[in-house]
Amino acid sequence: MAAPITQPAELPRAMIEVATAASDWVLILPVVLALMGAALLLMLRNGRSWQAGMALLVVVAIIGCEIELLRRTLELGPQTMTMGKWLPPFGISFTADVMSAAFALAAAVVTLVALLYSQADIAAREVKYGFYSLVLLLLAGVTGAFLTGDLFNLYVWFEVMLIASFGLMVMGGRKIQLDGALKYGFINFLATTFFLVALGYLYGLLGTLNMADIILTAPNAPVGPMTAVAALMLLAFGTKAAAFPVNAWLPASYHAPDAVVSALFGGLLTKVGAYALLRALIGLLPASREIMDPLITGLAVATLIMAPLGLLSQTNLRRAIGFMLIGGIGAVLAGLAMPSLRGVAGASIYAFSAILTVAALYFVAGLIERMTGEEDSRLMGGVYTASSPLSILFLILVFAIAGLPPFLGFWPKLLLVEAALDDGSIVLLVALVLNSFLTVIGGSRLWAHIFWRSGREGAHSEQPNDRLKPLSRRDKWWAMLPTAGLVALIVGFGILPNSIIEAGRTAAADLLHTERYIASTGIEVQE
Amino acid sequence: MEFALAALVGMYFATATYLLLSKAVIRMLLGVGILGNAVNLLIFTAGRLTREVPPIVPDGQAQLVPPFANPLPQALILTAIVIGFALFTFLLVLGYRAYQELDADDTDTMRIAEPENAPRPPLSY
Repeated sequence: MAAPITQPAELPRAMIEVATAASDWVLILPVVLALMGAALLLMLRNGRSWQAGMALLVVVAIIGCEIELLRRTLELGPQTMTMGKWLPPFGISFTADVMSAAFALAAAVVTLVALLYSQADIAAREVKYGFYSLVLLLLAGVTGAFLTGDLFNLYVWFEVMLIASFGLMVMGGRKIQLDGALKYGFINFLATTFFLVALGYLYGLLGTLNMADIILTAPNAPVGPMTAVAALMLLAFGTKAAAFPVNAWLPASYHAPDAVVSALFGGLLTKVGAYALLRALIGLLPASREIMDPLITGLAVATLIMAPLGLLSQTNLRRAIGFMLIGGIGAVLAGLAMPSLRGVAGASIYAFSAILTVAALYFVAGLIERMTGEEDSRLMGGVYTASSPLSILFLILVFAIAGLPPFLGFWPKLLLVEAALDDGSIVLLVALVLNSFLTVIGGSRLWAHIFWRSGREGAHSEQPNDRLKPLSRRDKWWAMLPTAGLVALIVGFGILPNSIIEAGRTAAADLLHTERYIASTGIEVQE
Repeated sequence: MEFALAALVGMYFATATYLLLSKAVIRMLLGVGILGNAVNLLIFTAGRLTREVPPIVPDGQAQLVPPFANPLPQALILTAIVIGFALFTFLLVLGYRAYQELDADDTDTMRIAEPENAPRPPLSY
């Protein structure tokens, strides 16, 4: 028999005594639903007819949870749910503020559109190989990464996302996909490994990986090593987000899989990198970010200028869209370089709008490729006569991503420009405006070549394009209509931007002043 | 002990970097494998080393009596090993499939996604 246990005199509070309120489950439910849905669909993969319906149901439920979560974060501030009743830093927390909830919601909405779109885009063979399971797994990884309050947990979600994206990238097994997947795979694996190195050092320095706890303990750690950790994170998340100069993998791989997969990747994956940059460098390690400020400014300017130049030199439609996407990452980096309320609000709203806009661009590109049977914009032409709605959608999206009013992309760019003026950072101001200008040139040139010109490039460009295939009924109802819905969302938010800007300000305030974030986790702050 | 492990981690990183800079996919795969081990050792070392004292609460005590080995880095590494395994396996299969389909182990000759003779950008508007 053991001797009677001697109770130590004073132990800090370590357990949560009250049961988790039922309403708090909305924090974890999106991830749980997506994971369970993915597992279920994998087990039942022979029932091909209702796979899509099940996946749709799951995503609609996730959207419901996330709307409720967003409402709560807007009303009550950041929300935390801690697993296993151990108070953080022992238990693993999920902590959502307005930014994470809004990003997760946008990701789920894009997935919903992708699921509808896949009805017209995905072969039956790919359904059998588990397309819908992988999409749900991807959504689980992305949502987990947005909502988690623990850095190691973030690493795990990165890997969930990565393995799901590998599966989607090679699905179909065309040569170009294998080629793209090899480049995508190695670089992204390296990026997460660098993140893991940063985590190892961070744990060695602070002894904790809970985000709220890091905010509290980081100021006491030596500045030099902490900056090394922050620099490693900048490299890792920058690679994930495809920031210059570690962006070459994106135009090399994102055009390889099916259009619907491109749209999911373009909408979701790089934005997780952008989110992690904002969270880690502004929220967690602001002192180290301060030291790296000139570097981040340089990276932002380079990304903002280089991306549209790549767009101008590109004739492959989906590769060109990849460069538009990278330009958007430059705008997020610009916000990262100016951590004022306006700058951070601008960066987070831009990332939010880019989730919707980039995905919609890839959706439209998929339809254009389907009509013309080509991937190269030089060989397209005359699509305007075949489908004028498609040409309107494409032009709206080009304007939205470049940041022209009255579309959603305009408001965050305006906030960023205002922030640059406040900050006195003329370089960033010029880069932001130049980025918009060049993106409009590149995007509208694509539009002119694909839609406006009658036929293919060369001697016959004035003759009508005789290789155009009209969209089938299935394409119109399942692919174009949901895409148009997404575009309507972008236009609607652009015309009535008040709620988005307010939410962006709240998100930025919570990221810059972390008191509410820490309080929600229940960690006691020592005076 | 820390010093020896730190030196080992450094050697692993150096080897992995050298292999990853190669053009041959199989060497890059080996590099990725070694890199994973380097990182795991790094986390282990950064979590402080304590030899032969398992973190078990002794009889008659309510909490651990120092010194004891830190269990958390081991949990982190275990997770990282499992995940690393899965991704490494995928990359191995991918490398093999790419070798079969593209008939290339040299990344310089893999130019399907990014054609070598890309057309010049159109000058007309």
